[in-house]
This record gives sequence, structure tokens and C-alpha cells, in this order.
Amino acid sequence: MEETSLAQASLEALRMLVTGDPGLWEIIGVSFSVSLRAIAVAAPPAVLLAFLLAYARFPGRRLLITLFNTMLALPAVVVGLTLYLLLSRAGPLGEWRLLFTQTAMVIGQVVLAFPIVVAMGHAAIQAADRRAWETALTLGAPPWRAMLTVLGEVRFALVAAVVAAFGRIIAEVGSSIMVGGNILHYTRNIPTAIALETSKGAFAEGIALGLVLMVLALSLNLAVTRLQGHGELGA
Amino acid sequence: MHRRSETLHGARGAARRLLALLAAALLPALVAAAPPGGEVVRLATTTSTENSGLLRAILPAFQGLTGYRVDVVAVGTGKALRMGRDGDVDVVLVHAPPAEARFVEAGYGVNRRAVMYNDFVLVGPARDPARVRGLMDAAEALRRIAAAGAPFLSRGDDSGTHKKERALWRAAAVAPQGRWYRETGQGMGRTLQMASELGAYTLVDRGTWLSQRARLALEVLVEGDARLRNPYSVIAVNPARWRDVNYLGAMALIAWLTSPEGQARIGAYRIGGEVLFHPVAVPPKE
Repeated sequence: MEETSLAQASLEALRMLVTGDPGLWEIIGVSFSVSLRAIAVAAPPAVLLAFLLAYARFPGRRLLITLFNTMLALPAVVVGLTLYLLLSRAGPLGEWRLLFTQTAMVIGQVVLAFPIVVAMGHAAIQAADRRAWETALTLGAPPWRAMLTVLGEVRFALVAAVVAAFGRIIAEVGSSIMVGGNILHYTRNIPTAIALETSKGAFAEGIALGLVLMVLALSLNLAVTRLQGHGELGA
Repeated sequence: MHRRSETLHGARGAARRLLALLAAALLPALVAAAPPGGEVVRLATTTSTENSGLLRAILPAFQGLTGYRVDVVAVGTGKALRMGRDGDVDVVLVHAPPAEARFVEAGYGVNRRAVMYNDFVLVGPARDPARVRGLMDAAEALRRIAAAGAPFLSRGDDSGTHKKERALWRAAAVAPQGRWYRETGQGMGRTLQMASELGAYTLVDRGTWLSQRARLALEVLVEGDARLRNPYSVIAVNPARWRDVNYLGAMALIAWLTSPEGQARIGAYRIGGEVLFHPVAVPPKE
């Protein structure tokens, strides 16, 4: 029986990363491609909705806010299962033929990212100085320009919201494995690959991919911190 | 007022920067990867063919010959057949003959062809508390495990292996229940690891066993019973039921798997010198 101590598996994992194992980097590529597309689709409308929730008054507004706060706790497997049943050929959206594609994974991650950006974005926008909005309107700016002004005021909080959402979706396994199918060279991403390798007892590969996720989280946070530092100096 | 307009100016610059940031985020989305080229055949199969490395070893030859790209979704046999029934894949490669027969009879699949077989082995801890080592009768071995109350792990996931295990319990005339009988609800690899950690017996296909035994504190204790034979078939999803399944692609894959070349490649796949799957579609030359 081979030793599978944590230290040994971690060392082997580092070796795989440094030697640029092509299979490993392909999986990393799928993760980034899918999650970047998901965040690009989710973030703009989510920010817009967050702004409307903070600045517009309409019936059902409080209910919507509660709804999105609740959706923060939405488990990825529930999103995956629901989406699977919708996208299956036997389901209502089967005609779209999206099951087991990257597009299906993107949709699942959009659903997971959207409420995070809305809830965190709303909290940030609500806390912003209302005078920016009023001043912009007074100076004759059309409402959409005034909105950009407000969003600019809270840009760091918005970036933080987007980064938090990205961190959540690039690490989620439940939805990706269900609607993506963990297909090699196509829908296998970092979390589903970790699930697979672990199921095979190949812990080194699992740890290597886990390290990538952690390095990624660290770089993202460093980037955000740097961006924020830069903004303060420029103000 | 002066201070405010300065703030506003700064905010406008920030808004521009925010837009630039959004555009930078959107750019990769626009140029992002479409699925790699070639028409796709979607194959639902069992974890045994995928995790043992067989499909990764043989499918590139099929892709090179026909240009079809095969998307492999590896799940248990039960779920694979369900995916075929729902039209979510084009073709299934599974190992549960009675369930396959029902699948075809119900009109969910067509053109079922035998592809290969391997066999199941009963593995357990070296100290073998139920004294089953060397038995040729798998049902007798299960009876002894039940009588000894020795821990036994079942996949419990309606996979081909789970179906075979239940058939063996029926053959042993034992209703497996009690604290010693545990269902993992997980795939073969994870169930093997749990058996290794818990010192439990479990039933495993030889392919998965060979590919993972180096990491396990388990031994083969029972093998060779004719009831442990594990035949695999490939079935195309019925195109009359789901008009837009890739029937031609499915049939191309079936034809190739059962061709002399496909069969030779299956027979040539080894781990540590041992053959994992024995081709049966083309009789060998006399």
C-alpha cells in the first residue's frame, strides 16, 4: 500500500504544477473560461438591479431584497438539480440541448453569482453618499450618468462584490458536476476534477488543483487591495 | 460647491474606469472557448470504463478516424440508462444485462451490441474475519460475511456493480441488513477507499480494482465464479423517440467499438501487465 500522507501528496502536487502538467492547465483553463463568462453575464445586470433596489421606489422592493439575501444561501447542488431537470431533453428547456455543455455550467454559475452581487452591491450603494446623485442631477446630468457617478463612488465595494461572487462560483462543484457532466477536455473544471481525483484516491492531483484555487484567491485579494490603495492615492 | 464638483469629476473618472474594468471582464467572455471542433457524440457510461483509463486509451483512435468528438459522462449504469431514456446522451455503454434488456424492450434504445466483459472480485481486509479467502462460490462467501456480521460496503447507487451485488445476495438467500451492511451511495473508487479505511468487504469490477489497488489496504479474496462475470453492452438511444439525437454518430461509435480495430484496442489495454477488458464482439481468429 502506497503512503498517502498529506506532506507527500502536497509535494507531488507542487511538482505537477511547476512542471506544467498540460492536463492540469487545461482544467484550470476551463474553470477560468466558464467562471469569467458567468461573472461577465451576471455582474452588469446585478449591479443595475442593486442600484434600482437602492434608489428606486417600487412595490415589492423590500420583498426582492429579502429574496436576494435568501438566495445567498442557495446551495449549488440545488441550483444544479433544478437546472438539470429544466435542461434535460425530457424537461421543458430540453430543446435547447444545453445539458453537459459549458454553457449550462455558465448558467448555473450566473444563478449563483447574481444574488451575491445584488446583495453586496445593494448594501454598498445604499451606504453611498446620496449627495453625489443629487449633485449630478443638479448639474444637469441625465439619470444614467448620475447612476454611473454613484456607482463610481462605491466602485471598490462593487469590485469586492464581484470578486466575492467570482470566488464563490469558481470553487463550486455541485452545479458544475451535475449540468456539466465532468467531461474531459470540455466541462471538467477545477472543482469537478478535485471530486473525481479524490474519488479515485489520487489525492496529489486533488491537492495540486486545490492549491491553484487557493493561489487564485490570494491573487484576487491582492489585486483588489492594490486597486483600492491606488484609488485612495488618486482621490 | 467647488469641492463637490471636484468630487464629481473624480467620480466620473472612476465611473469611466469602472466601465473599462467591465469591458476588460467582458472581453474574455466574447472570445471565450466554443466547444473544440468536430461533431459531438455524447456517451453515458459507467465509472469503471472511465476511471480505469480504458476510454481515454482507445477513444482518440475513433476520433482520429471519424472526426467525431466523444463527450464521456461517467456515472453509474442506472443513471446512464436514465440519461439515455431522457435523450440527454446519444449512446450508452453499460453493464447490467437485465436492465439493458428492459431498456431496449421499452423502446428507449436500439441496436444493443455486446462489446466486452471483465469480472467482479470480492475484496476485503487481509485478516479476512469471515474466512472467505479462496472460495470459488461468491454466494457462499456472502453468506459467511453475513453470518459473521463482518462489515460489508455496498455502493447502494443502482450502478451495475450494485445490481450485481444485489443479485448475488439473492443467490445467497440472504437479505443484507443490519449494522454490518452499509451503503456508501458513492462511486466505486470512493467505496473502495472507504472499505480500505474501515477494513470492510466490498464487490468491485476488476478494472477499477487494478487501477487503484496500489492505494488500498485490501486483497482479492474471491474470484472466478461464473456469476461474477461482468458483460458490457453498447446501446444507441432510439432516434425515433428523440429525433435530434446524434444517431449516426452513435452508430459510428458502436460500429467502431465492435470492429476488429476497436476490439483489438480494448484487448490490448492493460494495467501492470494485466488485461482489464476482454473483447467479445468479434470472435478471435482460429
